[in-house]
Amino acid sequence: MTALQKDRKQGPATAPAAPAAPTKPALHRRTTRRHWWFTPWLYLLVPLTLLVAFTYLPIIDMFGYSATDWDGISPTSENVGADNYLELFTRPELFKVFLVSGVYLLASFVQIAAALYFATVLSFNTRFRNLFKGILFFPYLMNGVAIGFVFLYFFQPGGTLDSLLGTVGYHGRLMWLGDPDLVNKSLAGVSVWRYTGLNMVLFLGAIQSIPGHLYEAASLDGANRWQQFRHIIAPSIKPIISLSVILAISGSLAVFEIPYIMTGGANGSQTFVIQTVNLAFKFDKVGLASASAVVLLALILLVTWIQRRLVPEERVELS
Amino acid sequence: MIVASAIVLVPLLVVLLTSLKTDKEASTTGPLTPPGNWFNFGNYLTAFQEGRLVQALINTTIILVISTAGTVLIGSMTAYAIDRFEFRLKKLVMGLFLVATLVPGVTTQVATFQIVDDLGAFNTRWAAILLYLGTDIVSIYVFLQFIRSIPVSLDEAARLDGANSFTIYRRIILPMLKPAIATVVIIKGITVYNDFYIPFLYMPDAELGTVSTALFRFKGPFGAHWETISAGTVLVILPTFLVFLTLQRFIYSGFAAGSTK
Repeated sequence: MTALQKDRKQGPATAPAAPAAPTKPALHRRTTRRHWWFTPWLYLLVPLTLLVAFTYLPIIDMFGYSATDWDGISPTSENVGADNYLELFTRPELFKVFLVSGVYLLASFVQIAAALYFATVLSFNTRFRNLFKGILFFPYLMNGVAIGFVFLYFFQPGGTLDSLLGTVGYHGRLMWLGDPDLVNKSLAGVSVWRYTGLNMVLFLGAIQSIPGHLYEAASLDGANRWQQFRHIIAPSIKPIISLSVILAISGSLAVFEIPYIMTGGANGSQTFVIQTVNLAFKFDKVGLASASAVVLLALILLVTWIQRRLVPEERVELS
Repeated sequence: MIVASAIVLVPLLVVLLTSLKTDKEASTTGPLTPPGNWFNFGNYLTAFQEGRLVQALINTTIILVISTAGTVLIGSMTAYAIDRFEFRLKKLVMGLFLVATLVPGVTTQVATFQIVDDLGAFNTRWAAILLYLGTDIVSIYVFLQFIRSIPVSLDEAARLDGANSFTIYRRIILPMLKPAIATVVIIKGITVYNDFYIPFLYMPDAELGTVSTALFRFKGPFGAHWETISAGTVLVILPTFLVFLTLQRFIYSGFAAGSTK
């Protein structure tokens, strides 16, 4: 690179920088003068390549595949237009997976409510706080396959749950994972077990950043615990609650690991992602699977967009 | 609180009990019965030897070390470039990273698979490493937030001493980022250790099993041998538990930062 090139390339790079940062123009000018125009790109070369290769290229490809009947192996494929999307929306059994997501969504509301309750209790009660916090949070760190096995054993006929119910005198013969009406509730229960601790830690962090004098003032006014929760805690942690709700919605659309490990999607426990993975890698219907993934992506982006629009004025009342 | 703790602990303790039972005990006694001999570690031996857990631990360690170190390098370099330089298209670059956080990895697997396959990385450890490196945007954010708190005057002082941009990155930025590096290493380490679907989808070869997939394969050969499956499960959970005990405080703040961005 010659000195001339260097100067020429640097001209336009410096020009927009100065008005962008009016507070410290001198500093920026000095910074830019000391490096070549391509210096930042040297640092960005690898990250951007990876970003494009594993995030943007797949998205573009996915849209492309979704309009074909490609099986993932053969070199040729037919263009089928919107047929995959039509199939997706007209075959009821492909659409049923959304009902399953509904179960997980309901469970995640239970999870948020429980987390909120535990976080509040722990914020009032400091005895053994770290112990309880640790116990409830640990499942979140556990390996998903390990959790799957723990609960396969837990829900087994004659397993832990049945034995526990037996000790309190209940000897039902419920097939926790075998009954299509029950399986998703059992699996959603596992997800509550796994994620409540994370929500709780997030809420607890937010609650603990509330200045202590607010509580003092409230109790001087004779407010009880419930009133303190209703009027001090709930309003101050609203943003984190609404974020959790949004994460719960997109999370319940993308459930995969636990049901796949525990039941493989049998007995009506198939979720959207399990179905997509099976379509693509088991039944070699890459086109249809791509269409289904596009729908999922669109749904999740829609939820996120709604969140971005609502968040400052969000009114999520769980109390 | 006590009820909640019991709900968390009972399923885990039962698995611990079962892992210490003999073959016969496991099939004849109820799950809540304690084992006859508390020091029966035979199942652990079986899990280790026949469950390919040693190989899995080696594979996981290789993948974990490379992808964690890579994430730290990539994340800190991206943050350095974006925060410390003015350049054309900077807004576009930031936008690309921002939008990528909205796209959940599971949704694009169908197409990602073809790319990994085209690269010839399918069924090699590189598949997992590349994907862990390429799809981690949260850590870039952690670095970006942290790098803003490092005063620019430090860069300037070094620059006056004749340091070039790489020397500044290497000698000033990287050491100052230590707390952020710790956060990213913890989050990334635990996430990679626990991840199931990337190794499951991209490395089906039994030789390439990671901790997750090796444990998943216990399902077949050990079918109804819950004592062996339990031992494997306990072995997989144990490292996480030890890490949690030693690094508790960092873990809470790390995951809180990671999940809310």
